[in-house]
Amino acid sequence: MIEHFVTAPQWEWYIVWYFFLGGIAGGVYALGAILRLMGDERDAPIARLAFLLCLPILVICPILLTLDLGRPLRFWHMLIDSRTFTLNFKYWSPMSVGVWVLLIFGVFALISFLEALANLRTGRAPFLVGGLGRAFVAVGAVFGLFLAGYTGVLLSVSNQPVWSDTWALGALFLASGLSVAAATLSLVSRLGRHERSAEAKLTRADRYFTVLELALLVVFFVSLGAVGSRFLAPRWMALWAIVLIGTLVPLALHFSSERRTPAMLAAVLTLVGGLALRMVVVFGAQM
Amino acid sequence: MARTVGFFTDTTLCIGCKACEVACKEWNQLPGHAPEFGDGYDNTGQLDEQNWRHVQFHERSTAKGGVAWNMMSDVCKHCAQASCMEVCPTNAIIRTEFDTVYIQPSVCNGCRDCIAACPYHVIGFDEASGLARKCTFCYDRLQANLMPACAKACPTESIKFGDLSTMKEVAGARLNQLRGQGMAEARLYGEKEYGGLHALFLLTDKPEVYGLPPTESAVLPSRNNARSYLASLATAVVGVVGAVFAFRERGGKE
Repeated sequence: MIEHFVTAPQWEWYIVWYFFLGGIAGGVYALGAILRLMGDERDAPIARLAFLLCLPILVICPILLTLDLGRPLRFWHMLIDSRTFTLNFKYWSPMSVGVWVLLIFGVFALISFLEALANLRTGRAPFLVGGLGRAFVAVGAVFGLFLAGYTGVLLSVSNQPVWSDTWALGALFLASGLSVAAATLSLVSRLGRHERSAEAKLTRADRYFTVLELALLVVFFVSLGAVGSRFLAPRWMALWAIVLIGTLVPLALHFSSERRTPAMLAAVLTLVGGLALRMVVVFGAQM
Repeated sequence: MARTVGFFTDTTLCIGCKACEVACKEWNQLPGHAPEFGDGYDNTGQLDEQNWRHVQFHERSTAKGGVAWNMMSDVCKHCAQASCMEVCPTNAIIRTEFDTVYIQPSVCNGCRDCIAACPYHVIGFDEASGLARKCTFCYDRLQANLMPACAKACPTESIKFGDLSTMKEVAGARLNQLRGQGMAEARLYGEKEYGGLHALFLLTDKPEVYGLPPTESAVLPSRNNARSYLASLATAVVGVVGAVFAFRERGGKE
């Protein structure tokens, strides 16, 4: 077990919200892509909804990250070396990788958003079809999945207690990201009028994601070993309780009913639980 | 003049006068924090954006029932393999011509990833400038062929400055001398950690007592890259397969 003698980086609410929204944005794109590539015509409205939701959520992310900087106007130093004006990229620094992924994924999100918007407003058929279009959406989904998960890797690639004592944080955030993304789609879809069968598919998918997240929560604590006892302090118990309520209750609701109200309740609980998970991981290690 | 410099801090000579802290703040124009008085003689607290030298005071009981001081002037270690430099996304943290680790104030954008990475709790975030700050090894003084302010001010030569190779020799000789005098607990810290530190310490207790990670805990952030990404990849595959499986099942019960 590694002994730590470190100072916390004071990553707080901006970062918590970035992790949460980045997970949703990356996750909804991936789900939209899978529905587009694997689903039938009844799934098209939900896939379109996914691409419509992704961009507005995604654009908040770099704003949060910029506001968190000590020198926000120097945000571009992440991308370009301000001394040499060459590109900055360090594959071994997740923050460096993440900034590029955010930028590149933004291009995919923008184009898919425009396609979805054109389809919605004018009824124009999607143009991201055929081999190239499908490949575009698939590659975008890979970037989306990366965005949803790398934030956990970013925390682990440090010398902070808890964060750097586990290899499961990226995996946990990714599973949670897929789950909150499915919940977001499910919630927004049920607020409007969409295809029931596609909603049922989302619910089934969220079941898998939630089970995956629960399994990874166990893996997370097992990988932490004795370090995990840090989280047993009373101050973190309420947040862990919300995390559990945000996974177990939706799971029970998903299995018991496919009606609208329980499904919406499940989605809201999943979202609150996903936010609580990031709060407890980010704050719990730093205090 | 390019050279590889180092500090050797001999804690057996430290008298806790804090001249190093004062000289550092004077030279580097660091206003410092208001002193905090706890239950010891240490009113500096820790290394951070204002304290680039920190004299630690450790009280310990002696065999005869008395109290002895272990004092150590802590400082940035200017690691050969620096965790802060490894993660810095802007390349603000550079290795200078003196082989020291320097945060360029004109490049740093205050993301604080280096603070999360530093295993020696050296770097602090300066709210006033919005930058991560730490000991520069008196980069400006080195460029003018002067020794760092802390070493210059130290009245007992607990803080020694010179070429790293010379410092290693001096440290080795001092260790042998102390061991020869029967001080079995004397030990050197910094020869093996992080590819060799540019600030060596002669300690009279375990490194942990001084807030220094023991050798086996002196690890780089990048150790977690491969395994964390692999676990995420496996999760992505399981998640996508699950989603495909869920989406391919026949439509829900209407």
